[in-house]
Amino acid sequence: MSATTATASRRSSSLGDTIFATVAKLSGIFVLAVLGAIIAALVIGGSKAIIAFGPGFLTSDDWDPVHESFGALVPIFGTIVTAILALALAVPLAFGIAFYLTELAPKWLRRPVSTAIELLAAVPSIIYGMWGFFVIVPIMSQYVQPFVIDTIGEWPLIGPFFQGPPFGTGILTAALILAVMVIPFIAATMRDVFETVPAVYKESAYGVGCTTWEVMRSIVIPYTRASVVGGIMLGLGRALGETMAVTFVIGNTNRIASSLFGPGNTIASIVALEFPESETGSLKLSSLLALGLVLFMIAFIVLAISRTLLKPGLKA
Amino acid sequence: MRLAATALALGLGVFTLASQAQQITGAGATFPAPVYTKWGEAAKAALGIELNYQAIGSGGGQNQILNRTVDFGASDAPMDPAKLETGKLLQFPTVMGAVVAIVNLPGIATNQIKLTGELLTGIYAGKITKWNDPKLVELNKGVTLPNLTIAPVYRADGSGTTFVFASYLSAVSPEWKAKVGAATSVKWPAGTGAKGNDGIAATVANLKGAIGYVENAYASQNKLTTVQMRNNAGEFVSPTEASFSAAASNGDWGAAKNFAVNLIDQPGALSWPIVSVSFILLPKDPKEPARSANVLKFFDWAFNSGDAIAKGLEYIALPAPVKAAVRKAWAAEIK
Repeated sequence: MSATTATASRRSSSLGDTIFATVAKLSGIFVLAVLGAIIAALVIGGSKAIIAFGPGFLTSDDWDPVHESFGALVPIFGTIVTAILALALAVPLAFGIAFYLTELAPKWLRRPVSTAIELLAAVPSIIYGMWGFFVIVPIMSQYVQPFVIDTIGEWPLIGPFFQGPPFGTGILTAALILAVMVIPFIAATMRDVFETVPAVYKESAYGVGCTTWEVMRSIVIPYTRASVVGGIMLGLGRALGETMAVTFVIGNTNRIASSLFGPGNTIASIVALEFPESETGSLKLSSLLALGLVLFMIAFIVLAISRTLLKPGLKA
Repeated sequence: MRLAATALALGLGVFTLASQAQQITGAGATFPAPVYTKWGEAAKAALGIELNYQAIGSGGGQNQILNRTVDFGASDAPMDPAKLETGKLLQFPTVMGAVVAIVNLPGIATNQIKLTGELLTGIYAGKITKWNDPKLVELNKGVTLPNLTIAPVYRADGSGTTFVFASYLSAVSPEWKAKVGAATSVKWPAGTGAKGNDGIAATVANLKGAIGYVENAYASQNKLTTVQMRNNAGEFVSPTEASFSAAASNGDWGAAKNFAVNLIDQPGALSWPIVSVSFILLPKDPKEPARSANVLKFFDWAFNSGDAIAKGLEYIALPAPVKAAVRKAWAAEIK
């Protein structure tokens, strides 16, 4: 009796193992299959535009639905410029938050602030978009931009970056909103990796008389550098692909503005705006899918860089 | 297993019940969506036909009906005749609407300033950049125009409203027609884009000196500051129901193939120059004739009893002879 039970249970467990292994393998393959299918769909869908415009698709700044001439330069420019500006604003702030939380803040404050950051990361992007459009844009157009245009706009060299009509929307406003959106991601990553620094290293540094800032600069940052960069790359990935919030505030214009106050466009926002009015089989729809492929490639490059930077961090 | 079979059977049962409740599905233009929805509510009580209309945009509506995923498509722009032919579709009008210009100028009341098509084109082409431009001042004697930069605002999302507005600019300016043209989204030479009617209204409200264009229903419901336009006859008209109806009755419906009548810049001293028609696209060879018949029943009811609802929502109802012509086309074309 007991022998048969044992055999039965062993048999069922080996069956369970097989099932589990198969399910796990299928799940792994499923991810690859979905990724491959998306890329294939974008390539097939965008092939008409790729054939029609060739490599010129990437360098043309034309977007003319009436005369069916499409180029990706304006949205690529807008995507990269807003994402980089957003990071330039977000990284110092996120670093300050993480530094404060791990080294300076009193214990009772760390938990609520950390929770607040995680909650900010969970706010849907449409909320950021509406907040940007109804709160930030009027402030920008009525106070910030007129003031900056009259002061910095007159300066030599950097003046041209701060000129033009004060629409309130534009590249800079989009970058501001994006910065607010990516700060929680970067700050949370930085806080986590700063906490992985072994206490003994920091204590030794304090023991030889280092200040808090010196410990941060000479011990914590070198120890976590790779992971910090990885966290920034994750923020960059989010900034590149953000759609709704940017669409609300960027001004949605297919021209490259010389001023940071000028309106622009990003790949994600132009696809979201133009997709519903594109006819099946049209060159416009094909161009939008090709744009999706371009965004895919940009995101892939960012991810690849962050992967290579994260690896040594995980080992250490 | 048996449970699953029961569930499936139940599911099928529900499905059959739903189709017995005579549901019809449509998708397309956002502009007539409020009136279709109201008609749907009223028709459910009157006819027992339940309309499920999804406002996904005119282009989307054309795609969906070409793929036959809905019972009817709706579009603000008339479909290309060749596509109607290959897609075996019947196109007919339902309601009309007008597009109006809205402005944000301190101290200027609604319909206080006058614009012409040429000036509007100049503004959207980025050639007239100040509100106190001599041409604008000359046209608006007695009104003090401020020294403000003109900020043109346009629809960033593909939209039937843009098609109508750009069609008007193309009609009055050969240069606009050659360089920009008309479509649901165009290559704007100047200005900034905003999403949807509400996006345009909010952007114009935020920015002194801004000008935008929205559907009349949206402007009048939200009490936006509109302007007078000079029409084809050289008269200045305010955007009112009378001026819209005048344009509609002056349209050459008889000559229009597939009912694709042009109501832009029509003659007549009272005509508002920017009026458009919204269309329904219906398969001539329906897969499910019963559902298609219900679509016709629905719009027949709307033509008979829906005018009051349409007017209440600031749409313009079709003239009676046009309705008769549409009914004739139904009888002749739908098998």
